[in-house]
Amino acid sequence: MSDLRTHAAEIAEQFSDHLDVSEDEVEERLENLVEEYRVPVEEARRSVINSYLEEAGLDRDEIGRGGNDEVRLADIDEDEQWIDVTAKVVELWEPRSDSIAQVGLLGDESGRTKFVAFETSDLPKLEEGAVYRLGNVVTDEYQGNFSVKLNKTTSIEELDEDIEVGDDSTTVEGALVDIQSGSGLIKRCPEEGCTRVLQNGRCSEHGDVDGEFDLRIKGVLDDGERVHEIIFGREVTEDLTGVTLDEAQQMAMDALDTTVVVDEMREDLLGTYYRVSGPELGRYVLADEVERLTEPADPEAVLIKARSI
Amino acid sequence: MSSNEIPSREVARRVFADEFNDSAFTFKESDDDRAPVYLLLPTGEKANRVFFVGTLTEKDDVGEDNEYWRGRIVDPTGTFFVYAGQYQPEAASMLRELEPPAYVAVVGKPRTYETDDGSVNVSVRPESIQVVDAATRDRWVVETAERTLDRIAAFDEEGNEYARMAREEYDLPIDRYKDSAVSALESLEESDSDEFGLDGGSAVEDADAESDADQSSLQTEP
Repeated sequence: MSDLRTHAAEIAEQFSDHLDVSEDEVEERLENLVEEYRVPVEEARRSVINSYLEEAGLDRDEIGRGGNDEVRLADIDEDEQWIDVTAKVVELWEPRSDSIAQVGLLGDESGRTKFVAFETSDLPKLEEGAVYRLGNVVTDEYQGNFSVKLNKTTSIEELDEDIEVGDDSTTVEGALVDIQSGSGLIKRCPEEGCTRVLQNGRCSEHGDVDGEFDLRIKGVLDDGERVHEIIFGREVTEDLTGVTLDEAQQMAMDALDTTVVVDEMREDLLGTYYRVSGPELGRYVLADEVERLTEPADPEAVLIKARSI
Repeated sequence: MSSNEIPSREVARRVFADEFNDSAFTFKESDDDRAPVYLLLPTGEKANRVFFVGTLTEKDDVGEDNEYWRGRIVDPTGTFFVYAGQYQPEAASMLRELEPPAYVAVVGKPRTYETDDGSVNVSVRPESIQVVDAATRDRWVVETAERTLDRIAAFDEEGNEYARMAREEYDLPIDRYKDSAVSALESLEESDSDEFGLDGGSAVEDADAESDADQSSLQTEP
């Protein structure tokens, strides 16, 4: 199906309860705008929708429902799709820009997805912990991660129910084959809201600052088939190494060198097997749970495999 | 891959010493000077990096002016040779300080070296060497047997590019690697009662002593 045909189908579906419009007719109008008059597709879509709204004597808010598919968050796999979701507001975050009214995490049984609502949409505020049916939201993709955007046409209906939010964390196993630079005892920028790791005492945003010490490991887990980059935050790092942040600072002070901390981590951790669970963020897995695989390996299962070849 | 994309990290293949030492053919997949060099494994896989766990049985400083450490690391099928000099300071100091025998885990890059008589020796330039315990070593043996068997099972699949390459470059019956994977697994079952767990390769070493001696005399990199 061509791009325009997809849009036409969506629009025809949106108005199916109100007007007698065929996909062909909508496509023709879109085609005319896009191909004859060089109007961008989104603008053409908007213009065609507006003309049908007028024809049907409807407000923009009154359409868009019913035509969309109700999609589970984990099934979102395409950019710029108009969908409906039923989800719980798992977390609200501090918006980083004045144009954003609300930003946070939605969750349903299948997983979690970021959402954004813009000031210009002028929507009622969502509350943390509440469950909503959100009609007509748009999917968005950034570097392979999907989110949903609320917009002026989004309908918000609070539901009197709870959702058991699914755990979309991933579990990976392998040998820790590398601990990368930026691991060990590090310093972070103390400016509010900025937690960037300092390079030679400098924050890339705020320049020379008195950093705050933190512990972390950027490690590589490798199972012989695939590589996973893992970030172990402070707590997990402390558990894994048995060295607390205070002790690490003391070690660094005694040695007059912060690199002693990562050197000791390398000695303790490299070359052994781990199972790590946590959410994926871009190319990293953020380790929530780490288990050192010390149980004796079972050769029997592999022997059976050998005999089957 | 576009030029400004971060190249993805090369996976560390699991391969037993016997198969590793039978590998001699290396190749690149692009004309770029910095393109990774791959060692072709006889079971049909490319390896730019390896991870192995074995028993460090000997270490020698074979350097002339500078320190240049050679370690012999034994698995149930044979011996890996690792070489670390001034450009691998961490691995070199590890070899300097370690007292054999010890279980070690090694991450490193395959290196090939053609001898005067035209044969090719394979060694490992370590990125890291760490002391590990017997459970980790056993786990590696099971994992490596499984990966080896997976490669053998996929060897005759259509479209297995590296198997096709291996057939062209090596005239080796790959069944031998299945046999050595099986005996490696069986050695674990036998050693269950061995409280010292240091059975890593002593039996194999005797059997291979002669060929290893040959190799070690030739194994200095230029």
